[in-house]
Amino acid sequence: MTDLTTAGTVPAAAPRKGSLLEQDERTRRRNGAEARFRALGLIAVTIGVLALVGLLTSILMNGVSSFRQTFIEVEVFLDPAKLDKSGNRDVEEISKVTTFGYAPLIDAAMAKLLEEHASSLEGLTTKQVGDLISKEAPAKLRRYVLANPDKIGETVPFRLLANGRIDGFFKGRVTMESAELDRNVSPEQLRLAQKLRDAGVLTVAFNWEFFTAPDASDTRPEAAGLGVAIIGSAYMMQIVLVLSLPIGVAASIYLEEFAPQNRLTDLIEVNISNLAAVPSIVFGILGLAIFINFAGLPQSAPIVGGLVLTLMTLPTIIIATRAALKSVPPSIRDAALGVGASKMQTVFHHVLPLAMPGILTGTIIGLAQALGETAPLLLIGMVAFVREFPAGPPEGFFDPASALPVQVYNWTQRGDPAFVERASGAIIVLLVFLVMMNIVAIVLRRRFERRW
Amino acid sequence: MATGYILLIVLGLAVLGFFLGRSRALSMARESGRRLHSLPNYYGQAVALFTAVPALFLLAAWLFLQPLLIENRVSEMIPDRVIPDGGARSLVMADVRRIAGGLDALMAAGQMTEADLANMRADFTNVRNRLANVGVALGSNVEPAVLEAAKEYRKAQNSGRLWMTVAVLGLALGLGVWSWTRINPDQRARNASETFVLALLIGASLVAILTTLGIIASLLMETINFFRMYPAKDFFFSTVWNPQFRGGSDLGFLPLLWGTMYVSIVALVVAVPIGLMIAIYLAEYASKPLRAFAKPAIEVLAGIPTIVYGLFALITVGPFLRDFIAQPLGLGNSSSSVMTAGLVMGIMLIPFVSSLSDDIINAVPQAMRDGAYGLGATPSETIRQVILPAALPGVVGAILLAASRAIGETMIVVMGAGAAAKLGLNPFEAMTTITVKIVSQLTGDTEFASPETLVAFALGLTLFVFTLGLNVLALYIVRKYREQYE
Amino acid sequence: MYDAPNIAESTVSNNQIKIAARKVQVFYGDTHAIKDVDVDILDRTVTAFIGPSGCGKSTFLRCINRMNDTIESCRVEGDILLDGEDIYDRKVDPVQLRAKVGMVFQKPNPFPKSIYDNVAYGPRIHGLARSKAELDEIVEKSLRRAALWDEAKDRLSQPGTGLSGGQQQRLCIARAVATAPEVLLMDEPASALDPIATAQVEELIDELRQDYSVVIVTHSMQQAARVSQKTAFFHLGNLVEYGDTGQIFTNPKDPRTESYITGRIG
Repeated sequence: MTDLTTAGTVPAAAPRKGSLLEQDERTRRRNGAEARFRALGLIAVTIGVLALVGLLTSILMNGVSSFRQTFIEVEVFLDPAKLDKSGNRDVEEISKVTTFGYAPLIDAAMAKLLEEHASSLEGLTTKQVGDLISKEAPAKLRRYVLANPDKIGETVPFRLLANGRIDGFFKGRVTMESAELDRNVSPEQLRLAQKLRDAGVLTVAFNWEFFTAPDASDTRPEAAGLGVAIIGSAYMMQIVLVLSLPIGVAASIYLEEFAPQNRLTDLIEVNISNLAAVPSIVFGILGLAIFINFAGLPQSAPIVGGLVLTLMTLPTIIIATRAALKSVPPSIRDAALGVGASKMQTVFHHVLPLAMPGILTGTIIGLAQALGETAPLLLIGMVAFVREFPAGPPEGFFDPASALPVQVYNWTQRGDPAFVERASGAIIVLLVFLVMMNIVAIVLRRRFERRW
Repeated sequence: MATGYILLIVLGLAVLGFFLGRSRALSMARESGRRLHSLPNYYGQAVALFTAVPALFLLAAWLFLQPLLIENRVSEMIPDRVIPDGGARSLVMADVRRIAGGLDALMAAGQMTEADLANMRADFTNVRNRLANVGVALGSNVEPAVLEAAKEYRKAQNSGRLWMTVAVLGLALGLGVWSWTRINPDQRARNASETFVLALLIGASLVAILTTLGIIASLLMETINFFRMYPAKDFFFSTVWNPQFRGGSDLGFLPLLWGTMYVSIVALVVAVPIGLMIAIYLAEYASKPLRAFAKPAIEVLAGIPTIVYGLFALITVGPFLRDFIAQPLGLGNSSSSVMTAGLVMGIMLIPFVSSLSDDIINAVPQAMRDGAYGLGATPSETIRQVILPAALPGVVGAILLAASRAIGETMIVVMGAGAAAKLGLNPFEAMTTITVKIVSQLTGDTEFASPETLVAFALGLTLFVFTLGLNVLALYIVRKYREQYE
Repeated sequence: MYDAPNIAESTVSNNQIKIAARKVQVFYGDTHAIKDVDVDILDRTVTAFIGPSGCGKSTFLRCINRMNDTIESCRVEGDILLDGEDIYDRKVDPVQLRAKVGMVFQKPNPFPKSIYDNVAYGPRIHGLARSKAELDEIVEKSLRRAALWDEAKDRLSQPGTGLSGGQQQRLCIARAVATAPEVLLMDEPASALDPIATAQVEELIDELRQDYSVVIVTHSMQQAARVSQKTAFFHLGNLVEYGDTGQIFTNPKDPRTESYITGRIG
């Protein structure tokens, strides 16, 4: 049907310039440049992806070991002569024995353990043998005794944390050579630890306390945990959510649906876009100056952190919410106004519910940002060493607490390399929270995304 | 009464007001046989809003202002002679607050009554020991004047709290009842409550302005205080940064500015070419599966908190650069260096540059590409000679935004750049930046009202002005560029 | 009935075939956009492609210099021969092809560069000028051919985007001419222009016929009648009828062509 042209062979005009089938010199050169440019692009993409991979593997490699810890199983004789001289098991009186009073019990228990498994002290003093156990152990013993005073006089099996250096030996951080130079641990102690491990008394196992225990002092990295930091971060996230979601949504509704075109509206808009770009540390200065020095709120408290992070998160939420409101087509508004709804009813009954998935996604992403934010929290004192768990909310909002990212920073500033391992472990925990939040955001978006 | 309870009571009153208002409107309509102007819920809502909102605002304002007023009054009671040499009134005031808190604790523990307190005199009682019993440790013995101030402080605080309770609950009740009595079927309850809601919406959007004002005020006030103690000329033009605990510090800003600039430049040298090439490759060349994998992977880099990058610099990049580059070449022994921080910050900025450039490259109209392809240009010629020149203003804007990010970044430089304020050229040496010094001056143990601490505010203000300027400029350029293609 | 417009003088018969298309199929994903098109386009002739919107005429035009390569989902089957060489041969570099087959687009799209740089862009990338003087000469010649020289000679360093719409389109034609192509494809070149500018561009097209094979896609039948010697009518992806412009407009063979020309489809 369409074959309307002359049939048969095609009489062709002679090409005026060279044949198309051969590339001339210049085209070849240009194609070479093209290929090089392409290769550069591919290299750039590879570098970007490798950077991500390198970053994550470095953190994982350093941090995964912090979830496992070296424990020593030892049977401790709770000597009544040392713990309860009067013998009437009165908790008041028992509590007068400080943790120092418990240390000899552990030394004795370790000596006994050695007799059973290693036969000799290998040239170590009882004190040195006792030092295989974490300095945190006496406190654990004391808590146990205070909770169970009737156990005094019995021999109770305990699974105690090993000293950080011993733990490091089994994770490859401490070697015989480094122990020669280290005054906190000797090669003999390491050899002994190896023997105990062969005997099965010393084990490396999953360490729940990393998630639940509070921070610990410089000399006992093995006992340091994220408990206070996780609670502090959770408190702050609650405050951020409760404050920034309503304020952010209200501000967005006003700007998107009601605001007249005037100077004030312009001013607000410019302000919001600028706040989104203000360095986070400046918000820390704001928190320090306004909330702590001026309004007299306590330092290191989740309430101040929460307020500062709220102010930082607001622009993110406002921008996301406005985009979500904008994506609701005007026809919906017209339809509602057309049946006689007031503007306010239109917005709250129709536009807002339709925009909700977008708003929630934006909020979660804003919260995730806030969760990882560190710099402003340093300035409002959250870097302090906090061992006490804050009270339950709302009073707990005013108690000192730490936060996950700040705890990471805090640990990197300590001398013992064992803390670097823990900092990386804490980062993994932080990243797991972030990944979970982002997955929720993605699922929300996928599930409720509407194309108009 | 504790603030929490006041809050609960006000909210309870609001809920009660809602139901009372609603039922009153309904019953009035039934009795009079007239139709209600609005839905019954709006009558309830109006009562609830009138009950809760003004009262809550009053509560917030009171909580904010009361400490200020009391503090002013009490600090006048402290004679100059009790202020230790070199110390500040604010330190004494901190003592006053702690003593007042301790006295409360004493009462709570039942170790003292109001009458005891009235008779208590610092000359006769060892206040320090008694307070230590309830866990309030004081650095020195209590001066009589300070104890009197503390008593006054406590009294003012307690009476202030009482008045606050009365005023807030009174306002809630009063406005609630008033709005309840105003209910009648003709009242335009919906309009009233909607106006109220609109006011709330406007209030929420003013938070942004308040935040900016708060930032400017807090930076400016302390900066002015700083320049009263330390000459501005020395701050801006001195090349020595050497803070001392005992005063006489050199607080020259130039070494910090240099460090900031140096790190940022290294970061941009890393991030801009890579980010730009990534954007170009993914937009113009990459196959669908590669794009589907690489684009989100690179965006993940943007979602990673900076503390993670900081740790990466500290434990991986820093030691690597030191052991494999700096030491073999004899350039330095420090694992924290301009290079470490710059490289890692560069990685952080890659997704920032690439996503902004991606937007900008895509904003260049397809007709431009067609024009070039139609003339026989290769894709790379089209990009380099047509698209990039056309997108140049936008790309410059993106680079400025990235630069403002780099200058304001804190954690990477705190953990990767070091703390030594130096004017040097060797990128493998540790240097320091404005943000690092803000952190170290404000987290140290120096006294707040000293130039060593206040300098952080001057640094913060400089940083704020810098980044704000860059952002405004960048947004202006980008906006101009967008207009060109609309 | 439709008034037969003045048909440009027909000097078709003795020209050689420049482009030959055989059994050309174009697919966009699953959509079959061009079906079995066979057409011979002659040298030194203006060929008009007409037809209703979405009939595939622009798509076919873009096949001739492989502009469709830039669209990922687009697939071309069949042969298109330029001077007897298959332009879809694997050895053919589209870059070299497009230097031979220039294109002017519907909307004027000058680069955001100076007028001079716009025209010089093609010669520069293809290395057509050995010296600045030579380049100047090419630019002047091309602008003269596009009838823009008199208006633009004093403002060569000003941006091309500052010209009026008609001037911009003539600039784009000058830009295409400057690479010394053998075929010039024009995709509705006058649709964004006012009547005066349109007349200027049409005049220009007639001029260009002396050196080039010109293929023009147009919506306006009057325009096709005014400027072309050969006309091809496309409908729903098919080439319905192809012949001398005079014959197509006065004596169409296919009823669909007749309906279109008389205004019943379109």
